[in-house]
Formats: sequence, C-alpha cells, structure tokens
Amino acid sequence: MALKISGETKKFNLIKQPEQNAEQIASQLLKINPALVRDWLTAFLQDEIIRRRNFKKAIVGLSGGVDSALVTYLCAAALGPENVLAVRMPYRTSSRESLDHAQLVVDALGVQCETIEISKAVDGYLETFEPKADGRRRGNVMARMRMIIIFDQSAKHDALPVGTGNKSERLFGYYTWHADDSPPINPIGDLYKSQVWELARFMGVPSVIVDKPASADLIQGQTDESDFGISYSKADRILALLLRGYSRERIIGMGVPSTEVDLVKGKVDSTHWKRHLPTTAMLSSTSINDYYLRPVDY
Amino acid sequence: MTQNEGKINLLLAQFHPKKGDYAHNVRRVGDIFEQIASEGLKVDVVTLPETGLTGYFLEGGVRESARRQGQVFKDLQAEYLKRCGPNAPLLDITFGYYEEYNGAFYNAALYLTLGAEEKAENSWKPGIIHNHRKFFLPTYGVFDEERFVSRGRKVAAFDTRFGKAGVLICEDVWHSITSTILALQGAQIIYVGNASPARTFATDEPGNLTRWRELVKSVSDEHNLYMVLTNLVGFEGGKGFIGGSVVTNPFGEVVLNGPVADECLLQVQIDLADMVVARAENPLLADLQNGLPDLVAELNAIERH
Repeated sequence: MALKISGETKKFNLIKQPEQNAEQIASQLLKINPALVRDWLTAFLQDEIIRRRNFKKAIVGLSGGVDSALVTYLCAAALGPENVLAVRMPYRTSSRESLDHAQLVVDALGVQCETIEISKAVDGYLETFEPKADGRRRGNVMARMRMIIIFDQSAKHDALPVGTGNKSERLFGYYTWHADDSPPINPIGDLYKSQVWELARFMGVPSVIVDKPASADLIQGQTDESDFGISYSKADRILALLLRGYSRERIIGMGVPSTEVDLVKGKVDSTHWKRHLPTTAMLSSTSINDYYLRPVDY
Repeated sequence: MTQNEGKINLLLAQFHPKKGDYAHNVRRVGDIFEQIASEGLKVDVVTLPETGLTGYFLEGGVRESARRQGQVFKDLQAEYLKRCGPNAPLLDITFGYYEEYNGAFYNAALYLTLGAEEKAENSWKPGIIHNHRKFFLPTYGVFDEERFVSRGRKVAAFDTRFGKAGVLICEDVWHSITSTILALQGAQIIYVGNASPARTFATDEPGNLTRWRELVKSVSDEHNLYMVLTNLVGFEGGKGFIGGSVVTNPFGEVVLNGPVADECLLQVQIDLADMVVARAENPLLADLQNGLPDLVAELNAIERH
C-alpha cells in the first residue's frame, strides 16, 4: 500500500461511510463458505447417523428437486454412496422430468435406488372414500404416504431417514406437517433456499436441477414462488433481516417494499405452530417439555 | 521455582463426551492417562473442556449427571491409579463437570492433582486444588443455563505445583473483568474450558471460533499471561462444537491451534519465564494495579437501575 502524505491543506479529504441497503446487509447475513458448510454437514451426518444412532445407512426421499438432491449428495459424501438409499415415489401425475432428474442424481453418485409408485396406495383411500378431495388435500395425502413409505423402507433396510426441508420453507410453513418434517435428522434445515442453491452448485448437483423453478410437483404447473407471490431470493433477504432482529419498519426503511415485508412476515407469523410439536394441556409441574426437559440425545 | 524451572507440559484433550454417561467419560479420561503412560508423554497438566464428563446440553438431566467434587476426585484418582499403577507420578488435571452441592447444581470446573500419595513433592499431594463455579451463565439464544444451574460467586486464582493459575468457563472469559481479576490476583496461566456450538459459516472457519481465538489472544496480550482454551467437539442434537482449542502466550501469540471439530490431544510446553520478558516490554498490569483504587471508586459510583 502506497502512503500518500499531502501537504497542509485547508480542505480535508472526506471519506464517507459506504451506504448499505437491505440487499447488501442481507447478502452479508446470507453469505456462506460452501466448502466449510459441506464439511460441517458431512461431519453432522456422520456423527448423528453413525456415532449417535449406530446406523450405517441413510434413506432419502428423492423427488428430483434441488433439496433432496443436495441431501443425497451430502449423505453420499458422509457415508459413501453404497450406504445411501434414494427412494423415488412418483404419483401418476408426477412429472416425467422429476423422475428423470432424480435418476440424474442416482447416476452421478452411484447411490442405491428404489422406485415405489404411490398411486395405488393413495388412490386406495382417495378414490374409494374421498373422490371429491381438492388439490391441497390430495397433495397432503401423497406427502403423508411418502412419509409412511420412507419409514417402512427405513425399517426394511436398517437405514436412517434423512430430511430435506430447507429453512425458507420451514419458516413459511410450506410443507406437510408430520410428513415432510418427520425424518429424525435434517442437514439442510438451517439453510435458506438461496444457500441450498449455492451449496448444491458447489457440490456438483446437475445444473438442470439447481436452475429449474422450485415446485412440490403435487399439482401440475404449480411452482413454490407462484404460490408464495414472491421469489425465494427476495424472501430469503427479508427472512434473514427479520430473524436478525430488524423490525418491520427498519427493513422498510432500508428500501424493501412494505408489501413484500408484510407478505413474508405474515407467513412466518401464521405458521409458528407448525414448527412445534402438538399443543398439550398442562396440568402438572412435571408437564413434558414445559417442566420435564431432556434434550433429544440424552 | 518448581523442579520444572517454570516450564509446564500441557496436554489439551479436545474431547467428545458421551451424553449423560459420566462413567463412560471417566473411562475415556482413563484412556488418556493410559496413552500418556504407554507413549511416555511428558505431561504435567491435562485439560478437558467445559462439561467434559457429561456433555453440555443436559437440560433437566443435570440432576442425574451432577456429582459432588469429592466423588469426582475419587473416581478420577481411582481411574488414574488403575491405569498407571499404584505408584503413578503426580499428574494435574482440569476439566468441566456438573456439580451438586447442598442441593444446588453448578456448571463447574475442577483442578486436581492425581497420583500416588508417596509421590507427594514439596508438600503437594493428590487432592482437590480448586473448584470454580461458572460465574456468568448464558441464558439467551440456544443457551439456557440459568434455568438448570445456579451461578458461581467467586473468581479466584490459586496456587498449583507450577505457579499460580486461574480457571474460567466459557462466558466467564467474554467479560474482560474476570481475567483482569485473576491477573491482579497473580495468575500466570488461565485454563478455560469451553462448549461452543458453531454458528456462522461465511469464512474459513466457524465465526465463533475466530471470535474465541481473538478473545484469548487479547487477554494474553493485555495481561501477559498464558491462556489455555480447551473446547468440546462433536454434535449434540444438531449443535456441533467448534474444537479449535488454543494456547496463547504472554505476547498474545498463538502457540498451538487444535483442528476444527476433531477429537485429539494437543501437546504444548510453555515457559512461565516468558511472562517476565513480555511484562518488561508492556507493563500494563502494573499500571492497572496502580490505578486500581481510583477505578474501584468509579465502579462503586455506578448507579443501580
């Protein structure tokens, strides 16, 4: 660095603090070192699967989307691909593309794979008893059926189910309760969607999977972002600022439209229940999880 | 001066305890004793992390896992003599555990001398040298300590076979006042046991690991003493502890850095004579001692809200 010493001057060189808008502040909050995160999550999986729970294998519901793809990559890195079972569970209206993308992951990693079609199981209930069920109900039945299969296949193969819910959808409550969130461990639950994309790219998840619009593939043509009314990128920035502790007013003052802040905050505020276990009436001073407290791994 | 002439041979055990299994963890400490003996390692003081005998996040399980200090000494002494023989030489050890005393529970750390009674030297014999109860209990964010344990009320340097030492636990060190008190009391080395779950992954290492290293460096640099930071490793319910145990010298320099996240033993020899050199250059502690009465007056004048 060259030092520049000027002579005496009447007017001083003025150096201004650079202005930071919401996008810049949020970018700092969302920044990750993907190599470090990969290593940490690999260590997490090894510790929680092998050391803590004495499993050798993991089982993942592989949908063809980026979240389950990334989790499959992480499990393969942690346990070796021969110890990872990816299960594709299409319904008859699932897109061909989803199945093909899941196959790309299987081929790239060399993990074990099973394909179990859920149509008969789902229709066995819906067509027989509830033929008029709407799309939302049908989607939830499918998600819960997939959960049943994952847990049963887990028992069959002695493989621990690994979850795939990311932080953005967890905060939005955008998942089927006691289904998508049911696997006992989840490596990506503290990563926002935009961080999932970044880590997935870093780990070599095929770009066709990373770059496509996120979709639950429960209803044809549906995408997450069209459901939300806001993109994940914008939502993640607002979520990062909100969770940091910045007030609604302060975030708006940083330049974020109030409609977007209110949309995001509204979704988070209306779904706290979903991030907890069921509500139990407290009657004693030994009420479980109020008074009687033991950590998950005690 | 001790027979070591001011040198202390440290062995930091960056350790992953089995959750809630005191007996198992005592046996694993025994594995360390056995390794010292079988590999002929020259060790004066072994250090373990905060809650090294039980794991950190116990919630109400503190009631089942807490032990009295006397019991812990007996158990470790028995383990040491079993592994290294009835004539085992004196060995000091400092580590964290959950303590029960008089019906109250504490996040505490013991400093013990273990070994055969016959090996007593210069009036130092096996026993409890010091017990520190964590003074500052983090009860915010992921931490919930004051819900399950009570606060300690003392910060005190104590004499060991190797000079004057202090023990602090985790958040104790984040308040500069505690290490300042120990330094004023004459501590030459401060042992810090730590259980720090990793958070922020934006740079080359977890952000709190960087912060910890800078913290102990600055304490060493200000008071010209040795800091020995021993960190938990492994995951507890998804929360992974940082590792990265570190020793810093009286010049504020890192002597040895442990790896992130892995269990290991770190062997370091320090020389208390470095304190004299560092303080000659940088007599801040002497300046503080001179200004102390005025500062205490300022502290006493702070209004209570």
